[in-house]
Amino acid sequence: MPPVPDAPPAILIDGVTRSFRAGGRTVTAVDGVGARAERGAVTGLIGPDGAGKTTLMRLCAGLLRAESGRIEVMGIDVGRDPAHAQARIGYMPQRFGLYEDLSVRENLDLYAELQGVPASERGARYDELLHMTGLGPFTGRLAGRLSGGMKQKLGLACTLVRAPELLFLDEPTVGVDPVSRRELWAIVGHLTRTANMTVLLSTSYLDEAERCGAVLLMHEGRIIGADDPASFTAGVAGHSFHVSADGIGKRRLHERLAGAPGVVDATIQGAYVRIVTETAAPPSAAILLPDTAAARITPVPPRFEDSFVTLLKARGGAAAAPFRPPAPGRASGDGAEEVIAVRNLTRVFGTFRAVDDVSFSVRKGEIFGLLGANGAGKSTTFRMLCGLLPPSGGTLQVAGYDLRHAAAAARGRLGYMAQKFSLYGDLSVMENLRFFSSAYRLRGALRRERIAWALEEFGLGPVSAATSRDLPLGYKQRLALACALMHQPDILFLDEPTSGVDPLARREFWHRINALAEAGVTVLVTTHFMEEAEYCDHLVIMAQGRILAAGDSESLKARLRTEGHPDPTMEDAFIALIEAAAPTRAA
Amino acid sequence: MWHQVFALIVKELLAVLKDRKSRMVLIGPPLIQLMVFGYAATFDLDHVPIAVYDEDQSAASRDLVARFVGSRAFREVASLRSGDEIDALIDSRTVAMVLSIDRRFTRDLLLHRPARVQVIADGRNSNTALLILGYANSIITDFSLAWMQSHGGQTPPTVLDMRARYNPSLSSQWFIVPGIVAVLTQVVTLLVIGLSVARERETGTFDQLLVTPMRPIDILLGKGLPGLLIGGVEATVIILAAILWFHVPLRGSLPALYLGLFLFVAAVTGIGLMISSLAVTQQQALLGAFLFMVPSITLSDFATPIANMPRLIQDLTQANPMRHFLAVVRGVFLEGATAHSLWPHYWPMALVAAASLFAAGWLFRRRVY
Amino acid sequence: MSGSFGRLRGLLRKEFLQIARDPSALAVAFLLPAFLLLIFGYGVTLDAHDVPIALVVENPDAVTASVTGKFAQSPYFRTSSFATIAEAEKAMDAHAVTGIVWLREDFTRRMLSAGGAPVGVIVNGMDANSARIIEGYLQQTWANWMQARAAERGAPPPLPVAVQQTVRFNPAVSSRDYLIPGLIAMIMTLTGALLTALVIAREWERGTLEALMVTRATIGEILLAKLLPYFLLGMGGMTASVVMAVTLFGVPFRGSLAVLTGTSALFLLAALGMGLLISSLARNQFVAGQIAIITTYLPAFILSGFIFDIGSMPAAVRFMTHIVAARYFVAILQTLFLAGDVWAVILPNALALAVMAAIFLGVARLGARKRLD
Repeated sequence: MPPVPDAPPAILIDGVTRSFRAGGRTVTAVDGVGARAERGAVTGLIGPDGAGKTTLMRLCAGLLRAESGRIEVMGIDVGRDPAHAQARIGYMPQRFGLYEDLSVRENLDLYAELQGVPASERGARYDELLHMTGLGPFTGRLAGRLSGGMKQKLGLACTLVRAPELLFLDEPTVGVDPVSRRELWAIVGHLTRTANMTVLLSTSYLDEAERCGAVLLMHEGRIIGADDPASFTAGVAGHSFHVSADGIGKRRLHERLAGAPGVVDATIQGAYVRIVTETAAPPSAAILLPDTAAARITPVPPRFEDSFVTLLKARGGAAAAPFRPPAPGRASGDGAEEVIAVRNLTRVFGTFRAVDDVSFSVRKGEIFGLLGANGAGKSTTFRMLCGLLPPSGGTLQVAGYDLRHAAAAARGRLGYMAQKFSLYGDLSVMENLRFFSSAYRLRGALRRERIAWALEEFGLGPVSAATSRDLPLGYKQRLALACALMHQPDILFLDEPTSGVDPLARREFWHRINALAEAGVTVLVTTHFMEEAEYCDHLVIMAQGRILAAGDSESLKARLRTEGHPDPTMEDAFIALIEAAAPTRAA
Repeated sequence: MWHQVFALIVKELLAVLKDRKSRMVLIGPPLIQLMVFGYAATFDLDHVPIAVYDEDQSAASRDLVARFVGSRAFREVASLRSGDEIDALIDSRTVAMVLSIDRRFTRDLLLHRPARVQVIADGRNSNTALLILGYANSIITDFSLAWMQSHGGQTPPTVLDMRARYNPSLSSQWFIVPGIVAVLTQVVTLLVIGLSVARERETGTFDQLLVTPMRPIDILLGKGLPGLLIGGVEATVIILAAILWFHVPLRGSLPALYLGLFLFVAAVTGIGLMISSLAVTQQQALLGAFLFMVPSITLSDFATPIANMPRLIQDLTQANPMRHFLAVVRGVFLEGATAHSLWPHYWPMALVAAASLFAAGWLFRRRVY
Repeated sequence: MSGSFGRLRGLLRKEFLQIARDPSALAVAFLLPAFLLLIFGYGVTLDAHDVPIALVVENPDAVTASVTGKFAQSPYFRTSSFATIAEAEKAMDAHAVTGIVWLREDFTRRMLSAGGAPVGVIVNGMDANSARIIEGYLQQTWANWMQARAAERGAPPPLPVAVQQTVRFNPAVSSRDYLIPGLIAMIMTLTGALLTALVIAREWERGTLEALMVTRATIGEILLAKLLPYFLLGMGGMTASVVMAVTLFGVPFRGSLAVLTGTSALFLLAALGMGLLISSLARNQFVAGQIAIITTYLPAFILSGFIFDIGSMPAAVRFMTHIVAARYFVAILQTLFLAGDVWAVILPNALALAVMAAIFLGVARLGARKRLD
């Protein structure tokens, strides 16, 4: 069915506001939003966590009522007639809305019954969906036993049992590895092309914007930009450059460029530093790096993220303050010292080999990345390194100790920042700092000094009395890092350190980590974000419990570089590696 | 090391007191339960409705009826004209007992023939029925003795001289209220402790604790001591309420009571920590605590006497710390027991405390995911 | 219409599969009821038997022997002899005996004197309820002895009034026969209110309810699909409990099964309504579980007449019991088991249950929206 020219847009949002009461305060989650989404296209609702994406999507699906303004979906007023509108939409909530103790088949049956798909049509429809999602071999498996990526595809299949005209996907790619993300996008593209479906998809991954037909950029409850992604990037065309210089390390270079005049944004990209400038003219090396002789500046194509960061900075986003890293407690020796050594590490759960004969080593002052798809074994490896899980075989040493059996003092040399910034939510910022400083055996004057340092360096002074649960995500992340650094550790473990935070907070975070590494702290990080891999000196990519590849990001990308594909991203490299290892998945 | 444990205790107490959910566990329900248990959980007969069918209608029969109506146990709600009404009143639970006085009552009394009185009780609550029969019997016996005295009859060869030790007025409240000290202390400690590790697991902070230089023993102490503190404060508040509000006499030594309390709360803390380290979510911890609480209260002597249970079950209750603490509280409150005489109740609690705390410490490190 | 049927069928199938696969649901629905039934069936009784009592006879002779013989024969007591009252009291302090019968040195001589010979009886009054019951047994045994002695000598009855005791419906005065029927109300509260509140709160927590709301299923269908399985589970629990009560524990059942089924259904609807309400107020399993225990389970235990007699509670507490659904059902159950279909009890209580069920379900239905706010 070709789009009818006079038909109303798929979604029309006009002056919609919605607020919630949380902990005695009123939070305006969606603040006077006006937007539209055209039929037959993928509209991306893009913004960091807490921007109001989920609330806006629930408003559109008729699950919440707007305080003011009006929303029309396929020409129907959702506020007035939600049931009528809901009959025409499909909606996949966060965490996919699956019943974990039901099997794949049972979940599909349930949604088929609920959507009134006649039994006679189900067979063919299931075949099509199972083929599309690659879930065919797993119909008998409980949904709770599927990997994150498979759950995501099953959730999608359930909402597609009866093909809706309009599909809402709320953060379908969060916590899902790049391979699964790419597969999901392939399915979504297929649906819009062949079934003429309209899709509204929310995400905090900025790189996904480039796959959308149109983008609604959301920040702090407001739409700060609405256009097609090409227009966003066109606005910053000619502003992006790769910079490298001889005789200066990439981290030192990054630090200098980040503070240089005319530079809006600087990020590390493997061996280069990628900068975005205020004006479209190529910057002069003399202004950027006055005392460096051999600086090379090459223009590179703009990315969506460049325009988002430029927009945020223009709205008064804070620039990263210079960071005084703590001197590591017992910093000594040169950069060649091996701090973490893993030999033939194995971990077995029942008959399942979660980690299978893994070996690697990390040198002092290095940022070491542990990458992998869901279920690849990186979290298990990480937990064994921290001493949270005993290995089934092999040896591991952190700073010369096996943390599982080491004296408590050995654990005092490492800092740990858990996923989701695990803090004591009921405690204030100050109480969290006090507790962690004591837990790390600081006392007396030293303890007071370290707490003062944390409040000062992380800008936590003004919020020291605030309950940490109520803090914005960016502050939570800072507090979590401050807690992990109270005792000036030599080694820092970071588990998915920046998922969900906005790009400015992520830059600020990596700025600090860079400074720490420069000061000699060894950093071990697990991550889903392929851009973060660019910050690492050394990477290990895991799949099915084994190491698939190791090296720095340039060498991993170089394997994929061809004439037709001169500048593969880290994500391309990652996916290529995973697919090469498990060709069956690519189907 | 003590510095770290102290920091953990402070953090633990702050977390409990600042969290609305935990505060709710600590303050609201215990107060409501104290009042409801204190007043509702009673086996005393208090103005139980009765009906009287007095066929004799004489001075003597009216005197007997007056003795019933005058007692605190009964109140007369119906006076019957016909014996046919008895069934309907009892069947419909309008009255719990009917007193039926034979029409030859006075004549038989004067002729020294057995003067007949019938007491019909509703057996649907057999406990109340037994109590009613006991009260009715003693009222009628008193009447008999008074009659013989005033009418110069032959006095019976023997008389019963009944006394109750420890609780002379046989007040249920004296029995139940000290029991509440044990029940509520267990409920509160188990919930607060049982949820503490599960909550940290849910939010991911438990891993963070394990990665700090704290040893498992430090964490165990840091998690367990707040339990002792909270349980102790909770128990003290209820003990004060028992003495000041319900006027239950405290006859024994406070140190003996608090030694028992210490061992009891330690045992409950150990069990709470075990539940907590086995549970993955707070919901599982709550259900686990509930699944433990129901049997432990049923098999504790709180409202259902252990002495009446089969031997095997009686032996089983030896492993229930609540049973022993109940014996300690009631012993100290009512019997004036001393630490020396309570030794048989101290050591089982100490044993359970040691075993459960040890197991909890072991589970802390073993249990993953 | 057929679409509605299909949706309901799908939701129901899901619900049954979930119950069968969820260990915590199975624990609350089966493990705890089984424990309660067994412990109340075999363990818990308020009736005293084999009560250890001490007999202190300071000057043994034929008369005292006939007194002690009477106590020794009684099935209620297990006797042991002590020479002095001090020893007996020591035994009582050590909890070795619960009661003391004390015949003083001049007992036989004073029987002929004007006031009669006092028989000293001391019971441990700590457990007031047991103490009263034991006092009753002691008094009865003593009266029997006097009666028998008078009859032996052809003398007139020692006490002028002869009491004839009748306990209707439960002549053996067995506490089991009154506790087990009430227990059924407790068990149905567990599945009806606690479990229902937990499983719905779980759907809120996991975001599955959000997904259901955007499908074509109506809110009525979603609620019905929650009620029906737990209704069946509760009725199943009731049936199993009744069968166990009658066959295993020998509790009589004198009413009709139709009335039992009807009133159980009413109570269960009220309990389910409570469960629904709780879960819509607290969309979190932990909070829902706590509220359910405090507002349904504990009142069902304490304020329903299950163990403690409502008639003896203070007026304010008695008034409170009127909002406890279990109170009406316990009254019906005790009557159905022990007395039969007494309409004077069943009708008003069933009416109260119907009103409560209508209110709770009505409020739950009206409050339910296909929305998150």
